[in-house]
Amino acid sequence: MAELLTKFPRRRTVLLASLLAVGMTATACSAPGEDRSSTQKSDAAVKTELGTDPITLEMYAETGFPLAKALAEEFSKQHSNVKFNIREDQFTVIVENAPRVMASDNSPDIIRLPTMVDLVKDDLLKNLDPYFTAYGWDKFPASQLMQLRVGDNTRGTGSLYGMGLGYSVTGVFYNKKLASQIGMTQPPTTVAEFEELLAKAKTGGVQPIMQFNKNTAGINFPHQALQNQFGDPTQVADWIFQKPGATFDTPAALKATQTIQKWAQAGYFTKDANALDYAGMVGEFQKGNGLFMFNGDWESANLDKSMPGNVGFFLFPTESAGGKHVAMSAPNTFGVSAKAKNPDAAAYFLNWVHTNAKAREISVTVGGSSPGGPSDLPVPSAAPNTVLAETLKASQQLGAENGAVDFTANATGGIFAAAITPEMQKLIAGQQTPEGYVKAVQAEYQKELSR
Amino acid sequence: MTSALGSAPTGRDDRRARPTPTRAHRSRWARAAGIGWLYVLPALVMYAVFVLRPLVLTLQYSLYDWNGIGVARWVGLDNYLTVFTDSDLLKIIGNAIVLIVFFSFIPVALGLLVASMVRRITTGAFGTVVRTILFLPQVIPLVAAGIAWSWLLSSNGLVNQALRAVGLGGVARAWLGDFDTALPAVGVIGAWVLLGLCTILLVTGMSKIDPALYEAARLDGAGPVREFLAVTLPSLRQEIGVCLTVTIIAALASFDIVYISTSGGPGLQTTVPGLEIYRLAFSQRQVGLASALAVVLMLLVLACVLPIQRLSRGEKP
Repeated sequence: MAELLTKFPRRRTVLLASLLAVGMTATACSAPGEDRSSTQKSDAAVKTELGTDPITLEMYAETGFPLAKALAEEFSKQHSNVKFNIREDQFTVIVENAPRVMASDNSPDIIRLPTMVDLVKDDLLKNLDPYFTAYGWDKFPASQLMQLRVGDNTRGTGSLYGMGLGYSVTGVFYNKKLASQIGMTQPPTTVAEFEELLAKAKTGGVQPIMQFNKNTAGINFPHQALQNQFGDPTQVADWIFQKPGATFDTPAALKATQTIQKWAQAGYFTKDANALDYAGMVGEFQKGNGLFMFNGDWESANLDKSMPGNVGFFLFPTESAGGKHVAMSAPNTFGVSAKAKNPDAAAYFLNWVHTNAKAREISVTVGGSSPGGPSDLPVPSAAPNTVLAETLKASQQLGAENGAVDFTANATGGIFAAAITPEMQKLIAGQQTPEGYVKAVQAEYQKELSR
Repeated sequence: MTSALGSAPTGRDDRRARPTPTRAHRSRWARAAGIGWLYVLPALVMYAVFVLRPLVLTLQYSLYDWNGIGVARWVGLDNYLTVFTDSDLLKIIGNAIVLIVFFSFIPVALGLLVASMVRRITTGAFGTVVRTILFLPQVIPLVAAGIAWSWLLSSNGLVNQALRAVGLGGVARAWLGDFDTALPAVGVIGAWVLLGLCTILLVTGMSKIDPALYEAARLDGAGPVREFLAVTLPSLRQEIGVCLTVTIIAALASFDIVYISTSGGPGLQTTVPGLEIYRLAFSQRQVGLASALAVVLMLLVLACVLPIQRLSRGEKP
């Protein structure tokens, strides 16, 4: 081995250099990438009939999210000529792969989507406006599909590029046994009440909040919950949708960051939060090692199974009593590839998911989230006394109060990994100031938008 | 193509080396060389496609601003400028250099110590057992090692349990989540993984040392320390060179252990170039900057490894 590593004859070096030179000249002539200037016509005729010809829909879905598969199975049961070929990956892997997979010749018909603006810019996503008209999706509440619209490189307005397989809501799960132990008889109605409960838990020897902050910043959940309350949530939404002039450097974000810092110093988060990942957090919460956990309804079915009757849910309380609830809520976005071989069938499936009674039931029981769709269709009910029933109710309440906002983590492709996560880790460890935090997040945002 | 590549230069060499070569002789030589090239052709093609082409493409990408899909924009050396001026990226490169201490110096130093202790028991069943145990960390996938160690080092893990058991509960912490201890903790995992490799290489090297040298040293009145410094160490120059080369590359190009145990956190405390290249290219879609960082990393590896190669090659004992 020593011989191998130490001896590198001159002849071989010469050969290597010449091979390198050949490679250089072969590749260096043209710039990488291709110009995919828009070739899509949004007014192209679309079919709303499935027909009877055999079709195989290629689907790229998220591991650990069984809803997509369950819906696909039911769809094939109802339409025997349609088969699904499902490829699954972790969400972070999809985020990384989506552009390349969609640009390839084997582009999937239906794909779980991360942020959409870049994909639209690169012309990889199918414009769903023709289907919107053809299927009459204007009967859906407009706010439901708002996050899925892209126009002029901003989100929130413009053409429709995705649909949700379920629409998730986030809030606070709580351990009922621990809650009664510290004297909490009902969910808090104001932020101040919530903070009182945190203090009571701490003095009572109960871990107030179980929240992960490794890999990705789970403490961004409570942070945004506070930010939504401390200012105008439209400001938050504008920033996420990349509206010109929007900034993170606002009094609301600063106050939220100061509150998180205060909570961290008071020991409301676990000491090892920066070493705790998502699965660890859920595990600890299930074991009864924390009073509150900021999370979303995708965990409802799971929590009902692991701690039946012992878990409750509430929307994050308002700053002043009787205020409007605001919560992060996002569709589990699926889109259709620009290069899809069966776009009509894919759109048919997406419409079916929102309107078919059985599909809507599966969305609730398997996905744990509201099925969305036209407002006149009934929402399937969940079993009573489950946290699933509570999250469904919260979802409807939020819809009625029109309080849904997207996640700040979705503002740009890199903001979560490049700024929010490392800076939040620093903040709770006392290595970053609240002022420094909001400035760092905004700086990364501007850096990414300027590219 | 193979025969053309092979025969032309060899034929010319022949003419110069042998004044009167017969035609048959020359063509036999050419054919032999051509067949030789044919044998290495598959490997050469794989090497060109999977090593050289990506290398060249990386160099090319590093000169562009490109998101991996759309049209790239020529930016010259701007990406390199960013690598050398961005304080975060400099910190990340610094982290890799700190890791050299843990991944390289500690395993080699400890490896020397362990190897001189187990040198005498390299034969027989016991020797095999010792070698196997020492080499085990190398066999375990790095991902598994990373997961196991992150359990050991977690706030309720075995390390902290042990500390609490001996009354050192005050020191206990989430080692991988603490700003001060995260990088050294990652380093310890690396040291554990690489210690076995170094020990095995060094034990093998020691077994090749002529016992007469030790005998001579002992006759001259050398103790174990003197013996080690005068006989063992100089004889192991090449093995130590290999150990340092392999481990320094492992430190600078580390990815798996860091990705699994800390994901680069907390903050940027344990982010290393390998992880950042991956993030820049695949999650932030800055293929150009990622490529520039990759090129800088390659140069850094060469700058560390080539001098070691030269030193360890030196005069043979």
